[in-house]
Amino acid sequence: MKLALVTILTAAITNNYVLVKFLGICPFLGVSKKLDQATGMSLAVIFVQLMATAVTWPIYHFLLAGKIDFTYMETVVFILVIAALVQLVEIILKRYLPGLHASLGVYLPLITTNCAVLGVTVNNIRDGLGFMDSMLTSLGCGLGFFLAMVLFSGVRSRVAVAKPPKSFEGLPITLISAAIVSLSFFGFAGIITNLFG
Amino acid sequence: MKHSKLSIILRGLIKENPVLVLVLGTCPTLAISTSVTAAIGMGLAATAVLICSNMAISALRKAIPDQVRIPCYIVLIAGFVSVVSMVLEAYAYSLYESLGVYLSLIVVNCIILGRAEMFANKNTVLDSALDGVGMGLGFTLALTAMAVIREVFGSGTFCGMPIPWLSDNPISILSMAPGGFCIFGCMIALVNKLTKGRKVSAEGGCAGCPAAASCKGKECESK
Repeated sequence: MKLALVTILTAAITNNYVLVKFLGICPFLGVSKKLDQATGMSLAVIFVQLMATAVTWPIYHFLLAGKIDFTYMETVVFILVIAALVQLVEIILKRYLPGLHASLGVYLPLITTNCAVLGVTVNNIRDGLGFMDSMLTSLGCGLGFFLAMVLFSGVRSRVAVAKPPKSFEGLPITLISAAIVSLSFFGFAGIITNLFG
Repeated sequence: MKHSKLSIILRGLIKENPVLVLVLGTCPTLAISTSVTAAIGMGLAATAVLICSNMAISALRKAIPDQVRIPCYIVLIAGFVSVVSMVLEAYAYSLYESLGVYLSLIVVNCIILGRAEMFANKNTVLDSALDGVGMGLGFTLALTAMAVIREVFGSGTFCGMPIPWLSDNPISILSMAPGGFCIFGCMIALVNKLTKGRKVSAEGGCAGCPAAASCKGKECESK
C-alpha cells in the first residue's frame, strides 16, 4: 500500500510529466485557458492513459517480446493501439454515456496526438515495470497532468488580465509563467522520501 | 499554390520556422535542448522522418481516403520513426541513448503531422520533400539555438567540452525544466520583436494544429 502510494506520488509530483519531463506540452498550453476545459481534458487523459497501459503492457510482453522478437514494432503498434482505443472509447461513450461524452468527447480526438499517453506507455516498458506498477505509474502521471493543468489554468486566468510588454503578449508570457509553475514543483523534490522515509 | 523551389526551403528556416513561429513540436524542443549534440541529433532525426513522411504522404495523397487520413499518416510516420530509431541504435548508440523516449515520440511530434496536413497532402512529391528539408532544418536550427544557450550557460559546456570560467559558475536552473520554459518564452518574444509582431497567422493558427481536423476549430483554443 505504502509502495503504491509512493509510486503514484512520484509519478504525479516529482516526475510530473508536463512540468518536469516535458510531455504533453501542447494540450498544457492549448487547453489550459479555462478551468472546466482543463479539467475535462485531464480527466480524458487519465482515462485513456490507464486504458492504453492496460492494453499495451500485455501486447508488448506477450506478443511483441514473445518467442520471436518483434520489439522493433513497438512504436507502430503502440500508436495504433492508442488511436484505435481513443476511437473505441469515443464510440462507447457516445452510445452508453452520452452525458460524459458531451463533456469529454471533444477532447478525445486530441489525445491521440498527446505525447504524454504514448510517452507513459513506452516509458513503462523501458523502465521494465510490472503490470501493477505500470498501471499505478499511469494513474500517477494522469493525476500529475490533472494537477498541472488545473494549477496552470488558475495561473493563466491571472496572467490574462495582466499587461506584459508587447512582444511578450500571448504565448511568451504563458511560457514564462509555466516556468514559474514548474519551479514550484521543484519544491516537492525531497517531500516523498521524507514523507515515507 | 505556386512557390519557387528555393523559397519553399527558406520559408521553413525563418519566416515559418516550425518551432518559433508556428509553435509546433514544443515537447522535444523543451526536453532535448539541454545539450547541443543531442539537439542536433534530434533535429536531424526528425528532419529525416519529415522528409520521408512528406514524400510518402504526398505520393499517396490521391490514394488515401479523406476520412481516415490521420490514422494513415500516423502509421506511415510511425514506420519511418521505427526505421530511423533502428538506424540510430545501430550506428549512433550514444545518441540513441541520450534521446531516449523522445525518439519514438517523434511520431506524435506536431511538426510532422502538421506539415502532412498543411502541405504534403496538397503539393507534389518534390515540393513536399523540399518543404520537409526546410521545416526540418528550421526545427534543427531553433533546437540548436536553444541548446547552445542552455548548455553554455546551464552547464558551462559546449558539445560536452567544458568552457573556462562558465563551467565553474553554471546557472544550473537553465538546464532544468523551468529554464527551458523561460528560454523558450524569451526566444519567441525575441522573434515577435524582430518581426514586429507580424505573425504568419494565416497558417499558424488553427490550421497549424494537427488536431484541427478532428476538432474542426470548435475547441481549438491555441489561438
